[in-house]
Amino acid sequence: MKSKTTLPVSYRLAVTSRALAAVFGGYLIASLAAVCMALWLPTSRADAVVTGMMSSFVFYLLAVLWCFACRTAWRAWFGVMLPTAAFATLAGVGLWMART
Amino acid sequence: MKEGFRQAMAWLHTWVGLIFGWLLFAIFLTGTLAYFKDEITHWMQPEVQAHPLDDARSLAVAQAYLQQHAPDAARWFITLPNSRDPGLSVMWQDKLDPGKRGNFVQKVVDPVSGEAVLARDSKGGEFFYRFHFQLQMPHPWGRWLSTLAAMVMFVALITGIVTHKKIFKDFFTFRPRKGQRSWLDGHNAVGVLVLPFHLMITYSSLVIFMSMVMPAPIMASYGADTRAFFSEMFPATDNAPALGQPAPLQSLVPMYTQARAQWAGGQVGRLAVNNPGDVNASVNIFRAGSDRVAQDFGSMVSFNGATGELLRVGGGQSLPALIGGTFYGLHMGHFATPVLRWLYFICGLAGTAMIGTGLVMWLGKRQLKHARTGVMPYELRLVETLNIASMSGLLIAIGAFFWANRLLPASFAERSDWEVQAFFIAWGLSLLHAALRRGRWGWIEQLSCAALLLGAVPLLNAITTEQHLGVSLARGDWAMAGFDLTCLGSGVFLAWAAWKMRCRMAPQPTAERALGLNLTREAR
Repeated sequence: MKSKTTLPVSYRLAVTSRALAAVFGGYLIASLAAVCMALWLPTSRADAVVTGMMSSFVFYLLAVLWCFACRTAWRAWFGVMLPTAAFATLAGVGLWMART
Repeated sequence: MKEGFRQAMAWLHTWVGLIFGWLLFAIFLTGTLAYFKDEITHWMQPEVQAHPLDDARSLAVAQAYLQQHAPDAARWFITLPNSRDPGLSVMWQDKLDPGKRGNFVQKVVDPVSGEAVLARDSKGGEFFYRFHFQLQMPHPWGRWLSTLAAMVMFVALITGIVTHKKIFKDFFTFRPRKGQRSWLDGHNAVGVLVLPFHLMITYSSLVIFMSMVMPAPIMASYGADTRAFFSEMFPATDNAPALGQPAPLQSLVPMYTQARAQWAGGQVGRLAVNNPGDVNASVNIFRAGSDRVAQDFGSMVSFNGATGELLRVGGGQSLPALIGGTFYGLHMGHFATPVLRWLYFICGLAGTAMIGTGLVMWLGKRQLKHARTGVMPYELRLVETLNIASMSGLLIAIGAFFWANRLLPASFAERSDWEVQAFFIAWGLSLLHAALRRGRWGWIEQLSCAALLLGAVPLLNAITTEQHLGVSLARGDWAMAGFDLTCLGSGVFLAWAAWKMRCRMAPQPTAERALGLNLTREAR
């Protein structure tokens, strides 16, 4: 934010890292959250899918805000990966149950 | 980013706003124009005459025309004239070769004489509508990019709200003639005033393309068979295949009457006739989107075309589908009456202004540091160039599009494409101009040029057609007159803006003003 000559390379790398976490990590969270809703909501199949898709963007938003609000870039990645893992597990169980 | 939450959000707001601001400005402005797309088309095709609406007559004319010109088509589509769009549009698709999509042919037919209208070839308002989500890029990249821009807009809105905590207090704060402060107050005031519109329009644009950008849940639930999802969502128009036995098509008018009775008098938007002239012909009558807020794509009545027998009444939505349809309907505004449509238009302009003021402010704040030396670093100069070209340049491009519509001869080959070319050529030239001219002069000259182009539209219309303001006002053709008057109004406003900028420039050198602002900041 200050004039460009004072910004060290490490700061720039950290911002890039946060941006990547926000864009790709955020999309991953949003997708997996939508998948979980599609598989677990007790409505008809099509309605669950629509609800999941419609609300996914809120998850995306929250992930992006987190990535830029937390203290370090590492925390940004950590904060993205944790819900990703949780949603992935939930989705995996849902898929497995649907198959059996 | 070691500061507090609000500072982090302000940082994010600033930078995503800058990077996507130019694109969002173009999307917002062209999308705003798209609220009047039928009216713009009417102005751009003045040959299409408006007649008093008579659906039964229009339908009979359309059927006779298609029977004569496309008896062997695979499919007919008929769009009836309505109060906004006077054209009776017929379209047909040639018989399908296996594995190939048949060609579509579209004609506008005069609902009284039954002859095809020889209107000049023009994309009309449809150009702005398409541009605002396809960005003149090959499918599907434009849709992806515009949806990404919508997501960025969503982030920018929410971070803007967080940054700007004193929403209601600041709403009543406007400090005019204070340079940078006034821009900030203006940015906040438009932002807050139409905040519900901004949130609605941004989120709904995500919802509209959700099955394209967020396909994972469909794949998780339906596997490879994603078509099953769409046929469950939009109950299939399971039309019977052609049998190859000829049978005359019944008159469409009684089916039309029956369909409207099913909807308690609701309006018909479009009719599709599959396999006309076959014993298995089917007629699908779709309800107009203007009937209610929530869009219901499944709201249709289906008939057997050869016997006239009612086959199916579709429609009725589950709650999630209703919510999705409401987002769609609110975004499109098909239901809006003239007053509400103008409100949509004004809200859209406010959104455009919010983005524009944000971009101006980003640059203004950083320019202050360099005001005394008078030398601007390369990146600020780049932002300035893009600011000028993306805002005033776009206005010039829009003006050039309208002028090309009136000046290109009707016989010109690929005429409608050349109108679009004119739009982009003008935009490109304004980018070049902005790169060559120094700051404020770039703004003043481009705003004056746009003011001239738009302000002279009524004059141009009077010279090139017989539909000038005197005629259109006397006949009560409000779409035609409204277009001329709106262009005139925009021209006057832009001229005022250019004049204002010029005045501001003369008495007060920029360095002095910058100093004043710095002093006030220190005093606080």
